[in-house]
Amino acid sequence: MAALAAATLTACGGSGSEDGTAAKTLTYWASNQGASLEADKAILQPELDKFTQQTGIKVNVEVVPWSDLLNRLLTAATSGQGPDVVNIGNTWSASLQATGALVEFDDATLAKVGGKDRFVPAALAAAGAPGKPPAAVPLYSLAYALYYNKKAFADAGVTSPPSTWEQVAEVGRKLTGGDRWGLAVEGANPSENAHHAFTFSQQYGGEWFDSAGKPTFDTPQNVTAVKRYVDLMAVDRIVNPSNAEYAQNQSVSDFANGKAAMLLWQAAGSNLKSQNMAPDAYGIAPVPFPAAPPAGGKKVNSMVAGINMAVFKHTKNRDAALEFVKFMTSDAEQVALNKTYGSLPAVATVAGDPAFAAPEQKVLQQTLATTAAPLPQVPDESTFETLVGTAIKELFADAASGRPVTEESVRQKLTRAQQQMR
Amino acid sequence: MRETAAERWARRIVLTLLALFVLVPLYVMLSSALKPLQDVQSAFTWWPRRPTTQAFVDMWSTVPLGRYLVNSLVVSTVAAVFSVTVAIFAAYAVSRYRFRGRGLFSVTVLSTQMFPGILFLLPLFLIYVNLGNATGIQLYASRTGLIITYLTFSLPFSIWMLVGYFDSIPRGLDEAAQVDGAGPLRTLFRVILPAAVPGVVAVAVYAFMTAWGEVLFASVMTDEGSRTLAVGLQGYSTQFNVYWNQVMAASLVVSVPVVAGFLALQRYFVAGLTAGAVK
Amino acid sequence: MATTTTSRDAAAPGRPRRAVPTDRSPGRRRTLLPYLLLAPAIVLELAIHVVPMLVGAWMSLRELTQFQIRDWSTAPFVGAENYRVVLDVDSAVGAELLRSFGVTVAYTVASVGLSWVLGTTAAVLLQRPFRGRAVLRALFLTPYALPVYTAVITWSFLLQRDTGLVNHVLVDQLHLLDERPFWLIGENSFVALLVVSIWRSWPFAFLCVMAGLQNIPGELYEAAAMDGAGFWRRLRAVTLPMLRPVNLVLLLVLFLWTFNDFNTPYVLFGGSAPEQANLISLHIYRSSFKTWDFGAGSAMSVLLLLFLLLVTAGYLLLTNRRRNDA
Repeated sequence: MAALAAATLTACGGSGSEDGTAAKTLTYWASNQGASLEADKAILQPELDKFTQQTGIKVNVEVVPWSDLLNRLLTAATSGQGPDVVNIGNTWSASLQATGALVEFDDATLAKVGGKDRFVPAALAAAGAPGKPPAAVPLYSLAYALYYNKKAFADAGVTSPPSTWEQVAEVGRKLTGGDRWGLAVEGANPSENAHHAFTFSQQYGGEWFDSAGKPTFDTPQNVTAVKRYVDLMAVDRIVNPSNAEYAQNQSVSDFANGKAAMLLWQAAGSNLKSQNMAPDAYGIAPVPFPAAPPAGGKKVNSMVAGINMAVFKHTKNRDAALEFVKFMTSDAEQVALNKTYGSLPAVATVAGDPAFAAPEQKVLQQTLATTAAPLPQVPDESTFETLVGTAIKELFADAASGRPVTEESVRQKLTRAQQQMR
Repeated sequence: MRETAAERWARRIVLTLLALFVLVPLYVMLSSALKPLQDVQSAFTWWPRRPTTQAFVDMWSTVPLGRYLVNSLVVSTVAAVFSVTVAIFAAYAVSRYRFRGRGLFSVTVLSTQMFPGILFLLPLFLIYVNLGNATGIQLYASRTGLIITYLTFSLPFSIWMLVGYFDSIPRGLDEAAQVDGAGPLRTLFRVILPAAVPGVVAVAVYAFMTAWGEVLFASVMTDEGSRTLAVGLQGYSTQFNVYWNQVMAASLVVSVPVVAGFLALQRYFVAGLTAGAVK
Repeated sequence: MATTTTSRDAAAPGRPRRAVPTDRSPGRRRTLLPYLLLAPAIVLELAIHVVPMLVGAWMSLRELTQFQIRDWSTAPFVGAENYRVVLDVDSAVGAELLRSFGVTVAYTVASVGLSWVLGTTAAVLLQRPFRGRAVLRALFLTPYALPVYTAVITWSFLLQRDTGLVNHVLVDQLHLLDERPFWLIGENSFVALLVVSIWRSWPFAFLCVMAGLQNIPGELYEAAAMDGAGFWRRLRAVTLPMLRPVNLVLLLVLFLWTFNDFNTPYVLFGGSAPEQANLISLHIYRSSFKTWDFGAGSAMSVLLLLFLLLVTAGYLLLTNRRRNDA
């Protein structure tokens, strides 16, 4: 029985209660941005120590894997228990905003973290539903770019990166051969699929939600857009059919290992480096457009991607939490952290810092400034990612196993996805 | 009775196929753990071309594997101990007493085995949070909460199995003890339990395994400090890559003690099931 | 076999009362004792299973999405609306649920059946001693002792199209196929899920049947052998009938585990299963946690629970009646 009691005591001691020191301690859930959870922790801890030194407020950080983050946020919103400050994928902003659990960044609150004008407007626009105060502020900014293997291009006699999808197909065919494929995609990853579905849809004049926030998944424009994306595998045959089962960033590994010559990705640089691909081995270009955009097509070639920082209303230390947000979005931290992760600062003041002058960051910056648009900031956004992303996963599976992907089959999948929204 | 030659060969072939079915994934775990990451991501080879034990070193720093291992061991062991204790008392009551509600209890316990976890995941989470707020005992994001959850997961089957086992112990033993003046609890501890060791071990092993492998509740109810292996191992799949060689290495290292323990106790397990589940 | 007390001599739970001695049980003067012994189990089951389940049932009658999730008192009562939606097989939601249900039934029948066959085969073949028997027995039990995540993630590695062992053997080494098939997406994903499930659960069947076999008296086999019964005859006349009690329990347990299986598809497919392998627990998880419609998700769960209760009750009634008839 003594052993039993001892075991219980150990069990209860498993995780510290925050009572007592609550006034001076924040809990912060960070997202996984680097090579591993532990690596992220090692990157963040020195910065958090600086914050503690400056303010006396202690921050307990937990790096939450992406696979768990949305569930954990949801349970935190439901229970009013959990972290004070969190990182959220910026596409979830409006969905989480709808729960009413996040502190609104109205002008007065924004003023406490440095003022609305500090933030890059495009990034701030991806932090909540339009017309409402943002539910978060941007922390790391990202955009999609086209990464290409310089040596593979030279070997195939291609001198410049493609700027239209037609060129992608043409160049891709030249690059495909032997063990190498033209392009790598993350075909079984619903989120990646949904992001591309958004960009293609914009280019082909489509929208996933109407102005009232109702889904418009199966419009002809969206059918064309999704088909164009899947056709990179189905018709152009420049994507290895195996990519239809990729959901764990294998496409980045394929690109790093030379198994694919092109990749559409957000700030892949630090990852590629970790996989032993030297920065001078690849080039970066903006994501292509259609050669002849249809009527209504927009000049958009990326979503405004990024990570936002939000504060839970249930925090007992709202001022300390905002203080922390202010710290993380300060000039010094923005330079330090975004430099480490290869992302871009979310504040305008340090955009010109030499840390972001590498070719990769220049392209991303250019894209964000001119041709990026936020994903629809509607409460159903995360549902859209799941349903449309899964529909495209199924289309890739069809294409990979040699079944034809027709306008009809695309429309059917999108209609079915739409009917599951209610 | 003699085995014919045909029977012997049939037996050998079938057993070899079954052994291969079991063995091949285990072998791949080992051989992949001994490959560098790049080789694991390339075309499959049976032998590691460039064998290295680097993965067994790196795995400790990619995720806090040691902490997860301790959490899993503590949670599973304590849950098993409590589950067995609670089940012993309950099974003793059901096996040795005729009381009102006995049937209802048995049916209810059995039916909780059917509850889809997903149905009560969120409600249970909320109950823990509110209980925690009311009593100050932290149940959410703590090992305590997980222990309580897991011990109830294995409880229905444990009770049911122990009832069967206790039923198989002759009542004459109880009566003899009572003649000697032993009370019911004394009878339980001095007479029934010693005779039921295999059943108890079987139930303990079952409860341990149930807690050891659970994923769904652990993914929502734990934080960094209380995360168990079952979800913690997912940390090798990161925003950058899946460190397959480290996943395999870590899986091997954490599985070996459990498998060894299970195999050491399997005789009890079989004996426990014989009397328990068979009745 | 059981002597039951009449209502006269049993105290209501929680009310101490002197019982009238009626039977041979040791508790004739301690009517309260069984309830005390049961109390921990009852409290735990109520707190962790029954009450949350009732809350879940309550949720199924509400509209509960991200708009209400923070304060459940704001969730409007919608009556049977969630049930109507998920049961309407003409709508996409209902059709998906029905399809997922069908997949799960097929998966369960195949997995339980094959696990049982493999487990019984192995147990019967290991019945008589031979060199290496202990090693084989340990080996066969190993998959049961591996953590789910470990076992399933290893299989997902084996089943990858380009770099997996399965295609390496089938295509490169045995040349059985020209084209590398997919296992983790498309039609084959059902087969893949099934194989992984069987790999994990047949050792349990093996374990139980092995336990059951030890209860069969050797004389029965000797008698059968004297009658000149061969292997199959002995199996049919002695082994299987004697295993019946084990099998009744084993099949029910495997059925419940397999039907509610969440971990295997979740780990194997990374949370987003192909439609051909979209088991009902994963489907409900997605409906609840990914699309944030906890009302509809709970309604699906309640229906699943009702189905399992019905099947189990029917199974128990049927097997009991047959046992009584026999």
